[in-house]
Amino acid sequence: MSSLNSALHSTLRKRRFKNNLMTFVIYLFSLIAIIPLFLVFFHIIKNGSSSLNLDFFTQLPAPVGEPDGGMANSIVGSLILISLASIIAVPLGILAGLYLSEYTEDYFASALRWTVDLLMSIPSIVVGLFVYTSIVVPLKSFSALAGSIALSILMLPIVAKTTEEVLKLTPTHIREAGLALGLSRWRVILFVVLRGKSSAVLTGVVLALGRVAGETAPLLVTAFGNRNWPQSIFQPTPSLPVQIYNYAISPYENWHRQAWAGALTLVTLIFVINILTRLIFSKDGLDKNQS
Amino acid sequence: MRSLFSFLNRENKRSEIRHSDFAFVFFLRSIASLIIIVLIFLLLYLWNGSLPILKITGFKFFTDSNWDPTADQYGALPFIYGTLLTAVVALLIATPIAVSTALFLTEIASKKIAKPFGFLIEMLSTIPSVVYGLWGIFVLAPFVKIYIQPLFNNYLGFIPFFKGPPFGIGIFSASLILAVMILPTITAVCREVFLSIPTTLREGVYALGSTRWEMIKTAVLEAGFSGILAAIALGFGRAMGETMAVTMLIGNRADIAFSLFAPGATMASVIANESPEATSMLHVSSLSAIGLTLFIVSLAVSGISRLITQLTKRRLSK
Amino acid sequence: MIRILTSLVAFLSATSLYAAVAINGSGSTFAEPIYTKWFSDYQKKHANAQFNYQGVGSGAGMKQLLEGTVDFAGSDDPMKAEDAAKAKEQVLHIPIAMGAVVVSYNAPIQGALKLTGPVLAKIFDGRITKWNDPELVKLNPKATLPDLAIVVATRSDSSGTTAVFTEYLSKVSPEWTGKNGKTVKWFTGSLGAKGNAGVAGLIKQNAGTIGYVELVYAKENNLPFALIENKKGEFIEASNKSVSTAAEGVKKEAIENNFKISLTDSAQKGAYPISSFTWMLVFEKMPKDKGAEIVNFAKWALGEEAQKTAGSINYSPVPKEIRAEALKAVGKIKLQ
Repeated sequence: MSSLNSALHSTLRKRRFKNNLMTFVIYLFSLIAIIPLFLVFFHIIKNGSSSLNLDFFTQLPAPVGEPDGGMANSIVGSLILISLASIIAVPLGILAGLYLSEYTEDYFASALRWTVDLLMSIPSIVVGLFVYTSIVVPLKSFSALAGSIALSILMLPIVAKTTEEVLKLTPTHIREAGLALGLSRWRVILFVVLRGKSSAVLTGVVLALGRVAGETAPLLVTAFGNRNWPQSIFQPTPSLPVQIYNYAISPYENWHRQAWAGALTLVTLIFVINILTRLIFSKDGLDKNQS
Repeated sequence: MRSLFSFLNRENKRSEIRHSDFAFVFFLRSIASLIIIVLIFLLLYLWNGSLPILKITGFKFFTDSNWDPTADQYGALPFIYGTLLTAVVALLIATPIAVSTALFLTEIASKKIAKPFGFLIEMLSTIPSVVYGLWGIFVLAPFVKIYIQPLFNNYLGFIPFFKGPPFGIGIFSASLILAVMILPTITAVCREVFLSIPTTLREGVYALGSTRWEMIKTAVLEAGFSGILAAIALGFGRAMGETMAVTMLIGNRADIAFSLFAPGATMASVIANESPEATSMLHVSSLSAIGLTLFIVSLAVSGISRLITQLTKRRLSK
Repeated sequence: MIRILTSLVAFLSATSLYAAVAINGSGSTFAEPIYTKWFSDYQKKHANAQFNYQGVGSGAGMKQLLEGTVDFAGSDDPMKAEDAAKAKEQVLHIPIAMGAVVVSYNAPIQGALKLTGPVLAKIFDGRITKWNDPELVKLNPKATLPDLAIVVATRSDSSGTTAVFTEYLSKVSPEWTGKNGKTVKWFTGSLGAKGNAGVAGLIKQNAGTIGYVELVYAKENNLPFALIENKKGEFIEASNKSVSTAAEGVKKEAIENNFKISLTDSAQKGAYPISSFTWMLVFEKMPKDKGAEIVNFAKWALGEEAQKTAGSINYSPVPKEIRAEALKAVGKIKLQ
């Protein structure tokens, strides 16, 4: 009996040891997972904040090699590009998502669903080149318009998908109640279903915005870049990610510092957008991670 | 949800046709058509663009390793190699960490810790690629050059895979930054998978007298294995399509070198680098062909991953 | 929210009618510093034109000029005949400045490194792999060359700088003949970077690296550069003077070839062997509004004041006689 006992005991010890070891490994790896995050934020804040001064937000880039200058035009350019892209992608995306969720049986809907999924897998640089060939070359100019169209192609599938997912969660009886009250179907869709989930839908929009705000590759071949203030949407337009890229691969210390400052600005912008998402989320009581 | 057809039936009974509903559906369908047309044009653009070079080289385009714009000769193998190698190394690094993190969040951490921790991981996924590239150039690459590469050179340098002078930038640094970028993706999917495993399964294993790790091994990891595969596939897809951070860290050499520390190029990076300056028709066509390849492969990978997720969810909910 | 956005768009579209004439150029990263400086100076006196230049490499600039997406291109390499044939109009190459391609390095060496053409070719071919290689020691007996691996930095993009450098190599080394151009297949193990800026960055950040960059970039980054042996056997340091010397006596040849001449491996005494022009490429027929501004700018750039500015920031001014010819050619541009 005692040999059995001790045998059990020794295996138990081995098992306990393994358990503790693996628990330690899990803790360790999880810690390793967030180390890059802290490091990246640390460096961005450390290197970026030293160059964040009023000049950065108000000045144009100085001639190559000269000190000072800022990224003001890139910030304005980015805002213009994101706004234009939203004007195109948000209404189309919401309507597309609406169509997918409310009219699933319609023959077009499955085609659209495939299309949206396909669009989501396209590498962003390929979208940029497509817009270059179809818009930049015929118009004979790089432009904010081309850049926005490229960004909207990237935004649209995200908005459509999240809108569809969110609207699908509306229980059928809500729709039936609206119809029973004598509302036409489109009224039910727009004023009952959509309005009910409006904050969740907006969350999807905001998430897509956050993703597209950092896009660089497509803008390189559509909006190009500009050292002046953006004055027309039919001209090359500067943007924050492109400027960060150009400065990062340059050899000038001054430009490196500005690149960090630009990165800090960009990350803060996206961070704020995402925080807003969370706040809107809690209003609906819907945690995306659990759905 | 009512089908349009039955809805019409009802209306006919009341002999009242809702013009506004027709208009609305028509409107929605036209928007859908617009989006579909954009996609068709995009696919046509890729297909048409790729034809010239593929007509000349055929399938050899994907197995030839000589990429020489000066001689107008194009073989895409170096980029396929670079893309696959960086993605695989990134996965090898990221998967154990991601799975552990997901386990931590679902099995070990209390709700109070899990929420902010999960939030932090998600924040990682919102940082734009170009910012990762910036950090990679100025922080990661020098670190790799000064600390990691010499380590490998000294202890494992006899393996050709780890040879080479320490540049800092190269395939290894690019893979490392990719690992950081795909970590949140894999973690999120694994977490979803683990959460969807019924608690009864876990309780059953505990009832048999297992330690927590044994429970994790048999109940969570085995049951969620296909889900982990799906997460890996998703991460793989994301790693292949990454452009900016990779372009800034990989060294831009259209060559197949056997060392992890050598410079290389990926499909996305060569498109980003050479498209603005390609003038010869074959050059432009080759880049389109690479774009098309990248698109098809990304599509296949995300399709596989979604398939696995669906099958897993269906199996577990039984 | 939508109202604000649409009015923003309307405002922007409207302002495009009243804005100054916007002129876009792209191309050579070598010329980017001088273009941006010139634009900054020029626009102070001529507010009706707004110039934007992006340094994306000579190759990309020329492609964009041919596609019509930019109004002028900057290039250190003349446009190839087959590309020029694709253009609807003739492309005029205006020589606006001169520069030197220098061989810059990051290595703990006493004094300046001396290199000959053939040795340089071997380094960039991967045949000389260490700093203390006997051939290098022979040329630099007094410099204590370290036992360090040579890391070669090259351009990964289509570059006029590469074209000039490799053309020189092909003139001084039989193994390089025919392997020159804006893009070159460099040996396995060399590093590639985008733009002069990228190469300068690589050199700066990695000990043991050697690479070719335009003089401006080496000076801006305080990078040492080598003395290269010229055709007369002298070891020359790149400078405004040695570069200008390379362009002496070429007036006749320049006119015959529409300014598209090479200045590498010059036989002049005191000439720096890897010198070149940088050109502003424009079409010989341009629409009136943009064309007028471009012509005015080109004339100003070829003037004394602008050339002096160029000289002050490490570019070499174009010799007077060639400038005069270039002005004549600019005058012949048709505006419709």
